[in-house]
Amino acid sequence: MAAVGFFTDTTICIGCKACEVACKEWNQLPDDGLLFTGMSYDNTAALGASTWRHVSFIERPVPLTGQETGLGDFSWLLQSDVCKHCHRAGCLEACPTGAIIRTEFDSVYVQPDVCNGCGYCVVSCPFGVIDRREDDGRAWKCTLCYDRLKGGMEPACAKACPTDSIQFGDLDELRERARGRLERLHRHGVAEAYLYGADAAGQPGTEGLNAFFLLVDKPEVYNLPPDPAAPAKEAKPAWTSMAFAVLGMAAAAVGAVLTARGGRES
Amino acid sequence: MQDLQHADCIVIQGSNMAECHPVGFRWVMAAKSRGAKVIHVDPRFTRTSAVADLHVPIRAGSDVAFLGGIIRYAIEGERWFRDYVLHYTNAPSLVCEDFKDTEDLDGLFSGWNEKDGQYDPASWAYEGTDVGPAAGNREHFTGQPHSERGTQSGAERFDFTLQHPRCVFQILKRHFSRYTPELVEEVCGVPKELFLKVAEAVCANSGRERTTAFCYAVGWTQHSTGVQYIRTASILQLLLGNIGRPGGGIMALRGHASIQGSTDIPTLYDILPGYLPSPKDKHDTSFEQYVKLNDSPSGWWSEFPKYAVSLLKAWFGAAATKENGWLFDALPRLSGDHSHMTTVAAMADGEVKGYFLMGENPTVGSMHGALHRKAMRQLDWLVVRDFAVTESADFWRDAPEIERGEVRPEDVPTEVFFFPAATHTEKDGAFTNTQRLLQWHHKAVEPPGDCRSELHFLYHLGRRLKELHAGSADPRDQGLLALTWDYPVSGESEEPSAEAVLHEINGFRVADRQPVGQFTDLKDDGSTACGCWIYCGSYKDGVNQTARRKPGREQPWVALEWGWAWPANRHMLYNRASADPEGRPWSERKRYVWWDDEKQHWTGHDTPDFIADRPPSYRPGKDARGIDTLAGDNPFVMQGDGLGWLYAPSGLADGPLPTHYEPQEGVVENLLYGQQCNPGRMEWLRRDNPYHRPWDDPRFPYLITTYRLTEHHTAGAMSRWLTWLSELQPEMFCEVSPELAREKGLTNGGWATITTARGEIEARVLVTERIPPLRIKGRTIQQIGLPYHWGSKGRVRGDAANELISFVADPNVSIQESKALTGAIEAGRRSRGRRVVTSGPLVPALRSGGPERDLPVVGHKPVGPHGISESRTQEGD
Repeated sequence: MAAVGFFTDTTICIGCKACEVACKEWNQLPDDGLLFTGMSYDNTAALGASTWRHVSFIERPVPLTGQETGLGDFSWLLQSDVCKHCHRAGCLEACPTGAIIRTEFDSVYVQPDVCNGCGYCVVSCPFGVIDRREDDGRAWKCTLCYDRLKGGMEPACAKACPTDSIQFGDLDELRERARGRLERLHRHGVAEAYLYGADAAGQPGTEGLNAFFLLVDKPEVYNLPPDPAAPAKEAKPAWTSMAFAVLGMAAAAVGAVLTARGGRES
Repeated sequence: MQDLQHADCIVIQGSNMAECHPVGFRWVMAAKSRGAKVIHVDPRFTRTSAVADLHVPIRAGSDVAFLGGIIRYAIEGERWFRDYVLHYTNAPSLVCEDFKDTEDLDGLFSGWNEKDGQYDPASWAYEGTDVGPAAGNREHFTGQPHSERGTQSGAERFDFTLQHPRCVFQILKRHFSRYTPELVEEVCGVPKELFLKVAEAVCANSGRERTTAFCYAVGWTQHSTGVQYIRTASILQLLLGNIGRPGGGIMALRGHASIQGSTDIPTLYDILPGYLPSPKDKHDTSFEQYVKLNDSPSGWWSEFPKYAVSLLKAWFGAAATKENGWLFDALPRLSGDHSHMTTVAAMADGEVKGYFLMGENPTVGSMHGALHRKAMRQLDWLVVRDFAVTESADFWRDAPEIERGEVRPEDVPTEVFFFPAATHTEKDGAFTNTQRLLQWHHKAVEPPGDCRSELHFLYHLGRRLKELHAGSADPRDQGLLALTWDYPVSGESEEPSAEAVLHEINGFRVADRQPVGQFTDLKDDGSTACGCWIYCGSYKDGVNQTARRKPGREQPWVALEWGWAWPANRHMLYNRASADPEGRPWSERKRYVWWDDEKQHWTGHDTPDFIADRPPSYRPGKDARGIDTLAGDNPFVMQGDGLGWLYAPSGLADGPLPTHYEPQEGVVENLLYGQQCNPGRMEWLRRDNPYHRPWDDPRFPYLITTYRLTEHHTAGAMSRWLTWLSELQPEMFCEVSPELAREKGLTNGGWATITTARGEIEARVLVTERIPPLRIKGRTIQQIGLPYHWGSKGRVRGDAANELISFVADPNVSIQESKALTGAIEAGRRSRGRRVVTSGPLVPALRSGGPERDLPVVGHKPVGPHGISESRTQEGD
């Protein structure tokens, strides 16, 4: 089966949050608290165990290329964030029970009946997506609407999005479409537009995201890491350094013993 | 709506379309992806602005000046569409000599009657004739309604060179001659260069090959001169030749799922179904009189008697006969103005005994909640139907005045009945959406417990009332007893069949009850019945056309087989104008509807809005009457002269042309005229409805505007009980600029108290650049933005912004002014409940010596149509 995922074109997002509501409704997720954050129109704040789509509202004192406002240097970036379903997923590699698996759709899925709530996955996600629920202890995140996919339907968020900012489909096709869109934006002078996580070359740490984005500012502006990596990618260099350190220390220890012995006998 | 994808330029003004119509907005994005320019004109930078090409911050309440500026730009620069204007509008018509413009009379038109506070439109007429407005509403004016209908159908004299000083075109030109880019900058706070960019974009994208569309909503309508805002846009679009053309026109964005339906099958006091006029006590003394006074000798409205008779046959069945005037006498008559605010003011004075609130929550959703609650305390009984107990239902025990102990629940005599309502998934019915499209919704589940549909409630209420008064000889009961009330019911709860109602609305032949297929088949001899002529065809051939669901990808883009649009499944009105006088499209690119000479009828992408077989070359004979007066090149078929009215000789209470007036409560003097505000506006001069000074009120120095958020729906009963929506916007907040925050010590996430003379509210503070200060005449004026969704009920609760608004209204449709008023703001919360003016004044009165509201002084208006009512408060002053 071909790998499927999301291409989110943030330049056509209108911040309506239909994606947030559709996701909550389809998955019957609990609310995350009724909290006025004062962060523009974003009272959701972050992805978590009970919020699997989160719309960011970034008010910048910087104009958007191609847009003019009587306010002067100002623009409002809107972005629907979601689990990235990384090609190389930190959460999956950290999971000790095998609860987190890669499905036939190439998505990353947490089997709630296997998860023991150890929380190793939470610290392994470079994006801070997955989290444990307080009440039942298990780890939860976006399922890429696994149940809907099995039924031949698209995920709820993609279906609800009125402007098709969230596009779902075959990843190869989405990448091609995204490149076409990028090219068009560049032709219209929006030089700062780029794809985030579209492939391994662009994001070696995750080897590419199955939910990738078109952005117009640095990743940090969207509260995304500029160079995310699955922690296990660091394992080989870490163990290698460790091996050298061990060898070095063993050599030093042996050397110390030999030198000491030699000194006493003479 | 999908027609918007064909626009070359879209101006969204008086609307926050992406915010309030996110799904419909997909068509604006579709246009944008095809290269259209999207312009958003709004006091704030909103979610619509975020995806627009150009955002223009404008002072709320100055749109007539802005649009008037574009009209002047188009005229001076000769950018108007000459062929369209010459043939399709009344530009060449000559106006009578007595007409005087606002430019002559410092802000008034000729015919202002100071005593009555109304205009007499006699001096606005075309030279030598008298044209009535398309829909009859003649009693808006002083003097007798015209009972002598001349045989003239339009103007008598014309100048097709458009040079005559009294031709409409020259009057229009002169009227807007002072609306220069410099003036727009001063009045609207829009820098000249930015204004010129908009004007140029709109003009460059109009004409044969390109079209511009306007989209508006309550940012235009909810002003004391709101109707004239839309008129200004209509004039501009007619001048540019955009009306009736693909990707052109004016999209009225309505704010509820079926509010269009609520004016079509009206819940409005002054119209009958299909926009027929309600009978008036003073004038419509019989059916013959009613027809005589509302008939038109020309234009499509001449068919009106067929619609009126068919309506009465639907309502009264066999009891309505030609001999008894179709039982017209049984209909209630209007004795004056019974609009919302007038009725509530009368209620506050103890004149109204009972009140039904069905899916309506006025203490939050309307204006001046405290005056509404005071009014309801005078009722004998109140019936509320809603999903949950609303703030209006609980007015007697949950209100700020009760919290403060100023009113005690045990002293409120009103008996309140609460009926739980079924939701739209629990009942059959149709919605009529903002593009006049009827879409059926099917019952999916039984309503829980005692919840019932409106249909059930009204049907059984009517049935019981009929049983109660059966056999009565009282003349007052005859109408009720004669009503046909025989809808089939089913199920345990005896739910009436909504489809049976649709069948009646669509209309049928009385003899065999077969559905009528189109309104042209309706008769005035009693052989047809029709509940609403514009909906005729919605049940054509006995098929529920509104339930059709052919997917868009299986039909052409106009999608005539999804649902059913009124009238006659026509998606674009006046689409005859998309073809030139000879019936050929103005251009290939903008082909929509055209004359097929071979088949001798009109054809195209949509149902043509013209008599199907009337050729472009047809000209009416001298003795032509009714619809035969419409020439083959008269696209505006509802008008008596078949033309688009740049200048409206009648039909509007406040003038034939739009004029810049300031809101009731503003921040600057009217820079154009001595007449500050709309002279025809409706005011309620009562102690419990105090107004601020017209400008420079030292107590209220900031401009307030109210609006919606995507996450919530109107007064909140449908959204604030749902956690998935409530967590997205949990608390009432105000939006202020960083400068205002510094000035008043407001902190982001903190609290503020906002006050007007009517009341005060508390809100969280959101500091943002998106609500900029205005620079007007060298002064900086700060704005406060308030969403209006919160009330005291629900999972999330907060104060209602509409508590701050006064009773003041537009004279044509009596809509409130919620988009521009003044107020004050302080950091922090009140220590003990919030105050309301019905318990006593909130702020000290000002000594006289400040600006007066109107020059010349309007004087005392008598009680009556659009008059003022004296304050006769029952509960303490």
